[in-house]
Amino acid sequence: MSSKSEKIGEIIAEHHGREGPLLPILHDVQEEFGCVDAESEGLIAKGLNLSRADVHGVVSFYHDFTAEPEQRPVVQICRAEACKARGVEAIMEQARAAAGDRVKLHTVYCLGLCSVGPNARVGDTLHARLDGPALAKVIENA
Amino acid sequence: MGFERQKDFGTPESKSEDAVTLTIDGRKVTVPAGTSVMRAAAEIGGDIPKLCATDNMKSFGSCRLCLVEIDGARGTPASCTTPVGEGMVVHTQTPRLEKLRKGVMELYISDHPLDCLTCSANNDCELQDQAAAVGLRDVRYGYAGDNHLDQPTDHSNPYFDFDPSKCIVCSRCVRACDEVQGTFALTIDGRGFASKVSAGQGEDDFLSSECVSCGACVQACPTATLQEKSVKAIGKPERAVVTTCAYCGVGCTFRAEMRGEQLVRMIPYKDGKANRGHSCVKGRFAYGYANHKDRITSPMIRDSIDQPWREVSWDEAISYTANRVRTLRDKHGANALGGITSSRCTNEETFLVQKLVRAVFGSNNTDTCARVCHSPTGYGLKTTFGTSAGTQDFDSVMETDVMLVIGANPTDAHPVFASRMKRRLRQGAKLIVIDPRRIDLVRSPHIEAAHHLPLQPGTNVAVLTSLAHVIVTEGLADEDFIRARCDWDEYEDWARFVSDEKHSPEFLEPVTRVPAEELRAAARLYATGGNAAIYYGLGVTEHSQGSSTVMAIANLAMCTGNIGRPGVGVNPLRGQNNVQGACDMGSFPHELPGYRHIHDVETRNLFEKDWGVSLDPEPGLRIPNMLDAAVDGTFKAIYIQGEDILQSDPNTQHVAAGLEAMECVIVHDLFLNETANYAHVFLPGSTFLEKDGTFTNAERRIQPVRKVMEPANGYGDWEITQLLANALGARWNYEHPSQIIDEIARLTPSFAGLSWDDLLIRGSVQWPINEKFPDGSPVMHIDGFVRGKGKFVITEYVPTDEKTGPRFPLLLTTGRILTQYNVGAQTRRTGNVAWHAEDVLEMHPVDAENRGLKTDDWARLASRKGETTLKVLVTDRVAPGVVYTTFHHPETQANVVTTDYSDWATNCPEYKVTAVQVVPSNGPSEWQEEYTELSERSRRIADSTAMEPAE
Repeated sequence: MSSKSEKIGEIIAEHHGREGPLLPILHDVQEEFGCVDAESEGLIAKGLNLSRADVHGVVSFYHDFTAEPEQRPVVQICRAEACKARGVEAIMEQARAAAGDRVKLHTVYCLGLCSVGPNARVGDTLHARLDGPALAKVIENA
Repeated sequence: MGFERQKDFGTPESKSEDAVTLTIDGRKVTVPAGTSVMRAAAEIGGDIPKLCATDNMKSFGSCRLCLVEIDGARGTPASCTTPVGEGMVVHTQTPRLEKLRKGVMELYISDHPLDCLTCSANNDCELQDQAAAVGLRDVRYGYAGDNHLDQPTDHSNPYFDFDPSKCIVCSRCVRACDEVQGTFALTIDGRGFASKVSAGQGEDDFLSSECVSCGACVQACPTATLQEKSVKAIGKPERAVVTTCAYCGVGCTFRAEMRGEQLVRMIPYKDGKANRGHSCVKGRFAYGYANHKDRITSPMIRDSIDQPWREVSWDEAISYTANRVRTLRDKHGANALGGITSSRCTNEETFLVQKLVRAVFGSNNTDTCARVCHSPTGYGLKTTFGTSAGTQDFDSVMETDVMLVIGANPTDAHPVFASRMKRRLRQGAKLIVIDPRRIDLVRSPHIEAAHHLPLQPGTNVAVLTSLAHVIVTEGLADEDFIRARCDWDEYEDWARFVSDEKHSPEFLEPVTRVPAEELRAAARLYATGGNAAIYYGLGVTEHSQGSSTVMAIANLAMCTGNIGRPGVGVNPLRGQNNVQGACDMGSFPHELPGYRHIHDVETRNLFEKDWGVSLDPEPGLRIPNMLDAAVDGTFKAIYIQGEDILQSDPNTQHVAAGLEAMECVIVHDLFLNETANYAHVFLPGSTFLEKDGTFTNAERRIQPVRKVMEPANGYGDWEITQLLANALGARWNYEHPSQIIDEIARLTPSFAGLSWDDLLIRGSVQWPINEKFPDGSPVMHIDGFVRGKGKFVITEYVPTDEKTGPRFPLLLTTGRILTQYNVGAQTRRTGNVAWHAEDVLEMHPVDAENRGLKTDDWARLASRKGETTLKVLVTDRVAPGVVYTTFHHPETQANVVTTDYSDWATNCPEYKVTAVQVVPSNGPSEWQEEYTELSERSRRIADSTAMEPAE
């Protein structure tokens, strides 16, 4: 048995008793391997007694789960209504320039900080009240 | 019936007994509470536009086309998801709705190819119909925007294509797979504009996904996205005829959709009471054998089996056969002649074959393939309950709380019923599986057995008796039921017997290998979990103690009061389309139609008077006895209709020896089957599409089979039997099978109320149908057992004589697979070979490793009787010490290794237990090579032009 299937087995065992265990399992697998690939989908399906299609449908629905690991650092930038109103579009050009090919910019719609936008997120760290230079700095440090 | 789709009410029927009255478009309608507004409108002939709704699955509310206005309600609710309310006033066609619907339809069509005229679904497309219904005239958005029109078509499934460019993502296919079939093979991949239907995971196509090709998604698709390849190839059907599937004992009703005499497709019929609108890959798609190039359509004869076949006219074939039979009868007496009826043929044909044997040949040497499958069911249930049949209808399972499945693999062998079982399990019913193999029902997406008892093959009786031990000793027996309905003294004897410590699960654990605690828990669940129903298959009957096992099952049902109402009962899952019917029609050597013993003077007189002959009062020979007698030289001629005993019966070498010893073997079949290698006369048969008649399914349901095309061989099978009978001096003059039904009804009390015309009106009926049960009998033994008091029979466990030892350390058990059917004569000649091209040997990893075998390695499978070779599949589905294979392919001939051991009461062979050894091998066994050579030689047909003298 590969170490991957063992690890996924452990993750499944950890969440198995919960109501709706699939999403927490997918988050942990994404965290552990940087992606939820086809093999992982199959192992999770088997573990939870779901079909492979069931799991794939959920994985492909959420942007937080990816089929392949992203090698670059990822910066999420909110471009929903409130952040738009507070000027996120005007600083996107600077953000792109700062990211270049090194950082992946990922547009999201709402990070839940509407009154203090524009907002960005790197990993689990949130950055608020961003202007052009501040966002560029967040990206450079990512 | 011309070609029109069956009416679609949009949402499922509500079962509520409360009625609700509302007004729709000014018309009053009263419907059961819980009905959707959409369905209520359809009930009064309305037709609210819809795309994502269809009446065999729950409403979904995604297409936004079925919006309605309701007085006093805000907005425009979707009529599919809105239940009716008392006094509701609904408007389904208003200017506001018209505008909304048009807008929605414009969006759909802006991303849909405009190739209607060349589309294979042209004029059979709901999207097209709805565009017309909403009065779409133009699409304001144009067609230049982003779209999905370039997506490639998935051709991987042999029977249908998936063209995502035409998909409107209504999810009907996904929901059909989930709700109707219960496989969950489809999903919606992605989100928003990128949403698309996906089989399995990203890289899968339909064939590599979990899809079982049942066709539910194709039927559900409102566009040409999922469509039968046959429709693409042939075109739209012009008419539809409702008929009955000729595969398994579920007996699905289909609409054979025709174009002239060409079958375009088979669509499951929503009003079919056995299948309720569902199908499996066999009935739905695997009908291509009917006009396969291997089908023989001219009669053929030969003087000896080493000669090539000679094609002759029907006249010559029949007179040749009659002469040969007559000569043998004159020389050796009537008892040298016999016949085998077919469970694949209609009731009427089966009736005629046994009539031919009894009234024309003059012997009772008639038998049928039920000998090798469910004869113990007949014996066991007749002894305990008084009738040789299952007690319930299939609908009953929807009221079951605990299912006990023993020796059956419904998802493979009875897939349409398995889908019903799975649906009920998803609703919360509990499941106990008793099977040496981890069958799919034990654990597959969204269902899981509460208990799986993986017993050692051959220990069914021990397991069932220990279940009874737990029920009786823990005080879980339903004594009120037993006192009222069963013989109390017999119960007390039986209770004493099962209570003995030597029948406890702990004592028997070393024999059965079932953990005692698990068995106790299963027994408690069965006895106390509510309505409990037992479903069983050939894993029960095909044992040396098959009849005992059936009676042990009946004991369990009686002692817990699980008989005589919906949701409970004892239900044999019959293997073939008409094996119940073949048994009902007097195919057995000791029984006249309706299970009446040939010894019974009154019954015999009835038949003698009607047929104008005198009948032999002594039972005739069973199949194995006919073969034995042939080897001994006393049995000379056999008429075999629609059965391949060489491949299907145990110990192939012995069957071959028996056939070889006969002087006239008449095979009446679609194909030159394996048995025909030993035949002197080949009478080409007709398919179920080429004749009228009836089949009786596992729930005793008699259903009409309809002729949709002329027989390619010239005659229906019943006509051929009649020709032979008349050539032997009988004066039969049946012009239509309905006259045979009249004769059956006249002579058999349990069918007294049956007639062809009535059957066509009713659609189907469950026997008994007579004065007492004028509408048939969905559930039997309601007010009392047919035999009077239910009989408890003591079932002592006797181990089989077939034992493992140092030379043969493994136990072989055999079974079937979803895509192939029995000996495979039909399914091997269809696209189903894409899933199962050969028989493989399932083996536990430990046993495989001990022998140095890996998946796909060749292995030699040997028993005390014979050997064959096949490829290995290493899997933990089977327990260590047990190997498993199927018997669909003549190249493998799994029955070369099975033994002569058989059920003590009925001679049903012990297919399910053979001691074997498995060793690595590098090719076919000697038997396989010799047999292939023989089989090629004996199938030669003389080229009539080559017979002309050279100029």
